[in-house]
Amino acid sequence: MKQRWLRFPLIGSIVALLALLTSPLILTPYGLSLMTQVLIFGLFAMSLDLLVGYTGLVSFNHASFFGIGAYTAGILVTQGYENFWFTLLAGVTVSLILAFLLGTLVLRSSGPYFLMITLAFGQMVFALAWRWRSVTGGDDGLSGIPRPELGLPISMWDSQNFYYLVLAFFILSSFILWRIIRSKLGRSIIGVRESESRMQALGYNTWAIKYLAYTIAGGFAGLAGVFFVYFNGFISPQQLDWSMSGLVILMVIVGGAGTFVGPVIGAGAIFVLQNLISAQTERWSMSMGIIFILCVMYLRDGVVGYTIKLSKKGLRNYESFRNKKRE
Amino acid sequence: MKALEIKNVSKTFGGLAVLQDVSLAIEAGERRAIIGPNGAGKTTLFNVISGVTPLNSGEISLFGKKSEHLPSFRRARLGLARTFQQNNLFFNLTLLENIHLALLPHKSPFTPKEFLEDCGWWEKRDVLVKELSYGEQRQVELLLALAQSPRLLLLDEPTAGMSSVETHKITSMIRNLSREITVLIIEHDMEVVFDLADYITVLNYGKVLFEGTQEEVRSDKRVKEVYLGTAD
Repeated sequence: MKQRWLRFPLIGSIVALLALLTSPLILTPYGLSLMTQVLIFGLFAMSLDLLVGYTGLVSFNHASFFGIGAYTAGILVTQGYENFWFTLLAGVTVSLILAFLLGTLVLRSSGPYFLMITLAFGQMVFALAWRWRSVTGGDDGLSGIPRPELGLPISMWDSQNFYYLVLAFFILSSFILWRIIRSKLGRSIIGVRESESRMQALGYNTWAIKYLAYTIAGGFAGLAGVFFVYFNGFISPQQLDWSMSGLVILMVIVGGAGTFVGPVIGAGAIFVLQNLISAQTERWSMSMGIIFILCVMYLRDGVVGYTIKLSKKGLRNYESFRNKKRE
Repeated sequence: MKALEIKNVSKTFGGLAVLQDVSLAIEAGERRAIIGPNGAGKTTLFNVISGVTPLNSGEISLFGKKSEHLPSFRRARLGLARTFQQNNLFFNLTLLENIHLALLPHKSPFTPKEFLEDCGWWEKRDVLVKELSYGEQRQVELLLALAQSPRLLLLDEPTAGMSSVETHKITSMIRNLSREITVLIIEHDMEVVFDLADYITVLNYGKVLFEGTQEEVRSDKRVKEVYLGTAD
C-alpha cells in the first residue's frame, strides 16, 4: 500500500506535465497569457517556498530579487544588449549577487526581526529603483522591452512559443529545486526549519545552510523576474515593492508552504481569482484580503497541504476498514 | 587526557549571576554527575559548555582544545554531543529522518538502518517523532546524541518525567555505553546518579559547593543541607 501511495506524486507529475504541454492547444489567447503568468509567478513562489516552507524563514524582500532580475534584463535590452542568453545570465547573476550580499546582513537576525529587516532592505531596493531615474526610469519604469530573440527560427512574439520557452525553464527550475530539496542540503534545510538549536548541537553550521537557501532562492526569483520583464514588456518599481513580496507570500500560503507544488497552485488560484473577482467588482483587493484571512484561519496547510492531509487520513481509514473486514 | 576542563567560568543574565567562577576537570572515560537544587545553574553550565550560551569570563577546553569562542556546531564536531532538558527533536519528521540528520555530518560507520536496528528501534522508523510517547521521545533524544559518535556526552535530566520502567531502560543504556565516551549527566533522581556516576559535582547558587565520590557526597553535611536533605 505504501508503495502505491508513493506512486501518486509521479503520476500527478506526469498528468500535470501533459496538461501543461497541451494547454496551448485548448486555451484562448487570454487564457494562455494567464497561464504564462502563472508559470512565471509559480516559479517565483516556489523559490520563496524554499525559504518560507522549507527553511522556516519568512522573507519580505523576495520581490527585490525578482525585480532586480527583471530590471537587469530590462536595462540591458534597452541599452541594446538583446542576446537572450546573455540577459538571462546577467539577470540571474545580479540577483544571486544581491542575495549573497543581503544574506550576510539579514541572516544575523531571526523570527520577527528577520521579517522586519528583510522588509527594510526590500524597501531600500525599491527606493533605489524609484530614485535612480537615469538607469531605472524612476517611477515611469522601463517600457518597450521586446520578446527575447533566441537565435532560432522561431519567434517569441508568438504567445505559444513564448509559453513553451517559459514552460521549459519552469520545468528545468522545478527539477533543480526538487533535487536540492531531496539532497543532503535539502534535508539540512528542513532540519533547520524543525529545530535550529538541535541542528547546531548535531554539528551543522546552520547559518551557512540558511545563507545557501537564501542565495539559491534569490537566484530563482531573479530568473522569474527575467521572464516577467520579457512577458510584460515593462518593469517599474512596483515589482520591487513590499506588496509584491506580500503577494508571493500569499501564493505560498494559499497553495501550501513546504509542499513543493503548492506555491504554483497558489499562484494559479490567486491569478484566476483576481481575474474573476476584478471582473465583478472594483474592490477585488479587499476580496483577496478576505481570502487570505480565511486561508490563515481555516486552511493553514494551504490547498495542497490540506489535500495531502485528507488523502493520508482517507488512506488510513481505508486501511483500518480493510483490516477489520479481514478479521 | 582530560575530556573537558573548565576554568573560572562565569555567566550572568542581567544582574543575576547564574555561574560564578565554576571550575571542573573531567577525565576521558569518566562518568560525572552534576547535581544541585533548581536554579543552581546546571543547565546553564551545559549551555555554556556546548556553546548555546556565550560565557562572560573563563576558559573551556574540549580534549585539550580551547573552545570557549567556538560556535556550538564546531564543538559538536570535536566530539561533543548533548541532550536537552526539554525534548528538542525534529518532531514533524520520522524517526528514520531524525537519525539520518544526526548521522549526516559525522561520517558515521553506520547507515541509519544499521543504527536503528542496532538500537532496537527499526520497527518505529516511519513513525513521526511527534507521535511517539514522551518517554520514547526522551529516548530518541539520547539516540540522536549517540548517533553523533560522541567522545563527550552531556545528558540533561535524561530520565525526567519517565516511568520507572523507562528510567531503568535508559539508565541501562547509559551504563552500557563504551568507556570511550565521557559522560556528564545532570539528574535529580539520586538512584540514577548513584547508579551511573563515578564522581559527583554539587552546584548551588552558581558555585561548586562540593566535589567527591558517592560516599563523600552522601556524608557531606553541606550537601545534605542544600540538596539531599536530612533524615529528620
